[in-house]
Amino acid sequence: MLELRTVTAGYDRRTPVVRDATLTVTAGEAVGLLGPSGCGKSTLARVAALLHRPDAGEVVLDGIRVHHYRHRAPRDRRTAVGVVFQQPRLSADPRLRLTDLIAEPLRATGRRSSVPGRVAELAETVGLTPDLLTRRPHEVSDGQLQRACVARALVLRPRWLICDEMTAMLDASTTAALVRAVEDYRTDTGAGLLAVGHDRTLLNRWCDRTVHWDTVTAPAAKTLA
Amino acid sequence: MTPGRPPVLSVRGLSVRFLLPGGHRVAAVTDAHFDVAPGECLALIGESGCGKSVLASALLGLLPANAQTAGSALLGDLDLLTAGERTLARTVRGRRIGLIPQSPAAHLTPVRTIRSQTEEVVARLTGVRGRAALRAAAERAAERAGFPTDHLDRHPHELSGGLAQRAATALALIGDAPLLLADEPTTGLDRDLVDRTVDELRRHVDADRALLMITHDLAAAERVADRVAVMYAGRIVELSEADAFFGSPGPRHPYSRGLLEALPERSFLPIPGLPPELGSLPDGCAFAPRCAHATDICTTLPPLTGPVACHRPLPAPARTPEAIRA
Repeated sequence: MLELRTVTAGYDRRTPVVRDATLTVTAGEAVGLLGPSGCGKSTLARVAALLHRPDAGEVVLDGIRVHHYRHRAPRDRRTAVGVVFQQPRLSADPRLRLTDLIAEPLRATGRRSSVPGRVAELAETVGLTPDLLTRRPHEVSDGQLQRACVARALVLRPRWLICDEMTAMLDASTTAALVRAVEDYRTDTGAGLLAVGHDRTLLNRWCDRTVHWDTVTAPAAKTLA
Repeated sequence: MTPGRPPVLSVRGLSVRFLLPGGHRVAAVTDAHFDVAPGECLALIGESGCGKSVLASALLGLLPANAQTAGSALLGDLDLLTAGERTLARTVRGRRIGLIPQSPAAHLTPVRTIRSQTEEVVARLTGVRGRAALRAAAERAAERAGFPTDHLDRHPHELSGGLAQRAATALALIGDAPLLLADEPTTGLDRDLVDRTVDELRRHVDADRALLMITHDLAAAERVADRVAVMYAGRIVELSEADAFFGSPGPRHPYSRGLLEALPERSFLPIPGLPPELGSLPDGCAFAPRCAHATDICTTLPPLTGPVACHRPLPAPARTPEAIRA
């Protein structure tokens, strides 16, 4: 299970952007978190992905409470979560060819030997052709780059996937293709998913259940009022 | 839409080529033809990387130096493709064409507040003078785009994506340009904000302006557009009335049909394969390798005759689409 218990988080302790958010994703489940622009849902997604330390509350991953975030998280916990962000341009190193972009997590965790096989396999999963893999980010479209970012998120076979507005920049066909790539991976591995977004139709179609931001943080809003 | 009135923008045979080192040529836009009339919204839709934004840049004279253009794009009697930078800068951008940009965060000046940028644009483009008058005019401009006036003293990085988009929209509307050019105006906005943004754009269209909206958001296009142009691999492959396109009989080009069917409220199935490289397009129909209906004839290039550039379009409607203008 991925549990967020009364998480308060933000960038200034006096004005947290997330207050007392509680959300649970059980193993193999796909949960959509729906909220308007600027409500703090991306911050909560970063907390769930162990990329942002909350000011209060706790994150429990597979039954063990998380104490360390970002680079301080132990490797087996860090790599249990795969993340896809909204803007592929901002989350891809412009110097890396797509093949190295996808392989980087393998190299960083000492699994260099599995690079050729795993990259080829994932390129096919996300629909990237071999000629695209030799290019750098500025030589491909947003949709193609996001395909590579999805492959990168899957390369270490995470048990949990956090997709923060994964398809907000993309056209309908690329959206459908990437959602299918994520769902095929989940069918194979039983990974759980937290998909954050603002498109109700998409999240309802994609996820097992969709929760609205207001219900995730509602108790806090009431006590403040 | 009043037929018989001259269009605000008339694009004829517009092509854009990028010259790359080593003699490579990238065909970003090829032979585009369309008009936009006052009081009309034309939505230009297609996958990312199909050439939509290049077309917009060509209209504003914002192409990089290695681009070559052909054809014409008449704004009244001014050809935007041959007009000099001086003309474009002093009389066109902001005054005759208002640009609502793709990435407002990159469009706004990061080191100045929204108020300061708005006041500058008001002072430049309108006759308003004096500090108090500018301040009031800037606040009215912000309100018109739904930008909360209590956020005017913030810098762009302190705004959410939706608010930054509204700030950029406010700036685009200040000059009261007869043509609005919106490049992906709804990217990154939530559905309610998308609806508000496009409804606001529609209000300006109904006030007799012309709107060319470039978007991959089909729901936004359906909400705002009178006509739809579908672009694939740099060519316009279908030009249709929005009602017919989104309703009955639906799109007639297999690509347009695939794009619409990929929506989560429809079958949610992706079009197989990837779009071709604009640097090495096939000789025939660029969509043929991904198309379930393709036959031998598709190795030749289909012209845009009538509403659709396809050798094997999906069944024609039973009634004659007299409303469809080629």
